[in-house]
Amino acid sequence: MAAVRSSEVRALAGARVAAARPRAAGRRVLGRHPTLAVGLGVLALIVTAGALAPLWGTGDPLEIRPAERLQGPSAAHWFGTDNFGRDIYTRTLYGARVSLVVGGAVATGSLLLGGALGLVVGFHRRLDAVAMRVMDGVMAIPAILLALALMALMKASVQNVVIALVVPEIPRVARVVRASVLSLREHVMVEGARALGVGTPRILLRYVLPALVAPLVVQGTYIGASAILFEAYLSFLGAGTPPVIPSWGNIMAEGRAYVQLAFWIILFPGLFLAASVLAINLAGDGLRDLLDVRDR
Amino acid sequence: MLPEIARRLMATIPVMGVVALAVFALLHLTPGDPAVIIAGDYATSEDIARIRARLGLDQPLITQVGLWLGRLARGDLGTSIFSGLPVATLIGQRAEATIGLTVLAMLISVGVGVPLGVLAAWRKGSWLDRAVMVVAVSGFSMPVFWLGFLLVYVFAISLHWLPVQGYRPLGEGLGPFLRHLALPALTLSVVYMALIARMTRASMLGVLGEDYIRTAFAKGLAPRRVLARHALKNASLPVVTIVGVGFALLIGGAVVTESVFAVPGLGRLTVDAIVKRDYPVIQGVILVVSAVYVLVNMVVDLLYVVLDPRIRY
Repeated sequence: MAAVRSSEVRALAGARVAAARPRAAGRRVLGRHPTLAVGLGVLALIVTAGALAPLWGTGDPLEIRPAERLQGPSAAHWFGTDNFGRDIYTRTLYGARVSLVVGGAVATGSLLLGGALGLVVGFHRRLDAVAMRVMDGVMAIPAILLALALMALMKASVQNVVIALVVPEIPRVARVVRASVLSLREHVMVEGARALGVGTPRILLRYVLPALVAPLVVQGTYIGASAILFEAYLSFLGAGTPPVIPSWGNIMAEGRAYVQLAFWIILFPGLFLAASVLAINLAGDGLRDLLDVRDR
Repeated sequence: MLPEIARRLMATIPVMGVVALAVFALLHLTPGDPAVIIAGDYATSEDIARIRARLGLDQPLITQVGLWLGRLARGDLGTSIFSGLPVATLIGQRAEATIGLTVLAMLISVGVGVPLGVLAAWRKGSWLDRAVMVVAVSGFSMPVFWLGFLLVYVFAISLHWLPVQGYRPLGEGLGPFLRHLALPALTLSVVYMALIARMTRASMLGVLGEDYIRTAFAKGLAPRRVLARHALKNASLPVVTIVGVGFALLIGGAVVTESVFAVPGLGRLTVDAIVKRDYPVIQGVILVVSAVYVLVNMVVDLLYVVLDPRIRY
């Protein structure tokens, strides 16, 4: 109990300092939440590596050099080469782009759609009963199977992978938002606003939504992390990002035939992927502590 | 207890009904003509017409929904477009491998995850606690198939202890069955184990602060007895819940793991069906797996009564 209270006090103090000197306050927050600092740091490294991939002078991720196929890690090829002689280091850096974009897009899409659905359903009783039954049903389908089934009906593209991964997340986000809306609906401030004649849309946006930002941000980080993993699973199973795009999942899927000969093809993209997901999960845990979100 | 089980079984029917409708809607809500998509790029118009008739896509939508639900109620999952065999038969052929894999993985993850979580909570803040938590978060962040290849590389390719891939049915003896499933089950168990260890630790931390735990220690009971009998029993509800909820994770992981180790289970069946766009098979697998998931969580709910006598139905 004492710990909670002191963290609240510290958060308040932090907020006041933040108004005056944002940079110093930011440093203080990161110092108190090492998991958040490590997570954001590693994530920043990987984002930079991916975003500035062409600047590292690594060449073309699609360039085929048959003479240099299946070479082990060396000074010329840090992470070795694949069966077409393509440089794994270059491809891994470019792969960061696909994975991070998919992770970010799935998190954003799920929060927006699931959040909107949860807000509406939470305030509309008759819709609520029906919508919750449907969502229970959709959530009974394991996410990977649902995403696989959706990909079987759509063309392989990054955009469709995002859609296939957002759909299973929508009910999960909507549930959380709905539960908060149901408890907030009875809050005195909402009652007061109603008495003043504020309409439902405005109550949802100005009174309910702000209270949901912190838990949603935390949930978003976890969704982003699992989306990066799921993109790799879909690509690995041959139902994800088109094979020409060097995503981490695709690089590893192509390397599976060469596990015995050239283990580095799978090793390095997997390390990057695990590091990114770990970093986002750590950042999520840190944010949860920082924003004092009790339950996921 | 029996009427309660019956009541809960009835309660799963609407959920399964929604799953059945969702699986039906999958095929119809996605843009484009499903018959054309299923037939593939090189299909003639006769092929497409044949598939349309076979799947009943030429009927009015309401009739289709009725036929679909009616068939499912009779336990008919349809017929594979590709092999012409009933989907139920295909699933039956592949079930053993997946059940073996998931049950083994579950045993490993509960058997290792719970003790790890208990130890971490008992020695909170120690190097052991930190190590367990690091392993737990890392286990959560690794792609299942990547971990699988790492294990294959170490235990099969380098050390030659276990087979690289493949499967032996239980009928050929327990030894070969377990030898072939050891690496896949270990691979699959890691994520689940991480989840269970984390939950056990959190739940135990809440219980270990209670007065009766202090009393138990004070009257000189062995720590092992206090942890297992007094603390874990009271901390087990959230753990059991996460075992049920996390089951979906296990199923999803099984799809990927079976692909890595060439285990002829439901996951392989699904992935093959997706490549061939054999939609009745995909639908059948989703329905069966979701039903199992719903039933597992029903059992978990019923376990609450056993674990906590205060809960009464």
